[in-house]
Amino acid sequence: MKRPPFLVALPWILPWAVGFVAFLAVPIAMSLWYSFNDYSLLEPAAFVALDNYRELAGDPLFWRVTRNTLFYGLASSGLSVALSLLIAALLETRVRGASLVRAIVFIPVLVPAVSGAVSWLWLYNPRFGLINSALSKLGVDGPDWLGSTAWAMPSFIVMGLWVIGSSVLVYSAALQDVPRTLYESASIDGVGRLGRFRHVTLPMVSPAVLFNGVMSLIWSLQLFAPPHLMTRGGPEETTYTYSMYVYNNAFIYGRMGYASALAWLQILVTLALTLIVLAVGRRFVYYRAA
Amino acid sequence: MGARLGAWTSLAVIGFLYAVPLVWGFLVSLKTSAQAAAPGLGVLPRFEGEGELSLLSLAYWSRFFEQAAANYHDVWTSPIADFPLYLRNSLLVAVLSVLGTLVSSSIVAYGFSRLAWRGRDAVFTLVLATMMVPQAVVIAPSYLLFRELGWIGTFAPLWAPAWFSGASSVFMLRQFFLTIPRELDEAARIDGCSHVGVFVRVILPLSRPALAAVGLFQFVASWNDFLGPLVFLNHQEQYTLQLGLANYYAQHGGTPWNLVMAFSTLVILPVLLLFLLTRRLFVEGVATQGLKE
Repeated sequence: MKRPPFLVALPWILPWAVGFVAFLAVPIAMSLWYSFNDYSLLEPAAFVALDNYRELAGDPLFWRVTRNTLFYGLASSGLSVALSLLIAALLETRVRGASLVRAIVFIPVLVPAVSGAVSWLWLYNPRFGLINSALSKLGVDGPDWLGSTAWAMPSFIVMGLWVIGSSVLVYSAALQDVPRTLYESASIDGVGRLGRFRHVTLPMVSPAVLFNGVMSLIWSLQLFAPPHLMTRGGPEETTYTYSMYVYNNAFIYGRMGYASALAWLQILVTLALTLIVLAVGRRFVYYRAA
Repeated sequence: MGARLGAWTSLAVIGFLYAVPLVWGFLVSLKTSAQAAAPGLGVLPRFEGEGELSLLSLAYWSRFFEQAAANYHDVWTSPIADFPLYLRNSLLVAVLSVLGTLVSSSIVAYGFSRLAWRGRDAVFTLVLATMMVPQAVVIAPSYLLFRELGWIGTFAPLWAPAWFSGASSVFMLRQFFLTIPRELDEAARIDGCSHVGVFVRVILPLSRPALAAVGLFQFVASWNDFLGPLVFLNHQEQYTLQLGLANYYAQHGGTPWNLVMAFSTLVILPVLLLFLLTRRLFVEGVATQGLKE
């Protein structure tokens, strides 16, 4: 009468299995197929083999958006890892008001992308924005942040640092797990505050650093809504990102085949980064949560 | 205690900087359109009576609330953006997604936490891996599928996938189910309960906090989704609040910033209220999940 365990479990995991196949595996397979086609959505697809991929290699705009995106991704995830560790360490001092600051730092995570874009557009406005108004009080003539080829991308990096509340929380959890006795014995041995941070805290939270770093890299490489809404990729394509290029090819230029090839490259890179997270973060993710 | 003072000061500065973008946006939403577009650091709106009205006068505050009410009323009744309709669309999508993810993810999480089957850990690793796939990466491929299904221009792409469980919801619920003592299931099984019985009578009632957290996360994700509606919807009557706001500010072309900020404030408000009411759930949820950006 006893049924094999797998058959007992199957009905329970069926919703996930169906969803995984229908909404992830099938679309990705379809886009692999269309990446070998010339497909405008309006006319039937025409098989072109590797033409889309060959075109990629010689497409200056492709290289441009790739460079922009890598620059943003590396700068933004590197800074966010450091800044969120700093904030989490400060919060751990439990000074008065720390829990209020923790909430304030977390709130931007909940703010929808469009509202964030609108708020920052206004802060960055060259004429009446808050930043330039504040700078002019100091006698500094602020630049046209989003309209200048030099400042536009850094402006998005700063804006990205506004949304680091989740990594702060991950660090806080990791910091709370560092055994107090380690700090005590280090103190007894005469190790100073910085030495304790360098030799006790950092090694103990290093899995969290790696996890947050790669997660934030995966997410920052998808940057879409802020430049799409705020600069349309300009000025002179300095803020044109990879995801915007996929979107524009697929839905604006009617080049779904080319967009599919672009999307496939992006999927492969994301997959590689995900494997890194799973390999190094596994221990951390599992034991952290239980 | 110089170090503690240093930490306190740094945190005060950080808190101030992180609060500025939203607080300032809210303050702009209270001003007149001329003041909103004027340079300067004026925090509160200014009103002229006979000379400038003082902050201490009753007349100032009556003008203040009149102006604020007028701005928000203008947004609500705007001829170029049907705010109440967008609100209804956003709520519809969010509520259907929350229901779907709660029902399907709890079932799946039971399968990953209470049943022993061969290959379970390998499949669960796959679930974890899909948790890290960002929406932007699969949006164009998904479009191809939804087009085949005839779902483009309907709400279905925005809520139907949630009924097939979400990786992060499954993960959070599984972690929680694992903390429920096995003895409880076993007692119920001895009393003749099937797995369905254990799930409905033992696990679900004990998991209310985890279910609430998963529901909240899904609500926020659906409410805040911009790319999904942007790609899958194509009529203005179907716009969600996010699309509505994007369209509203584009049409305004930067002119009445006070109204754009009022619209934006209204869009943030429900999520912010949910957060303030359920802060612990949110914070513990993110810590368990360890991601979500």
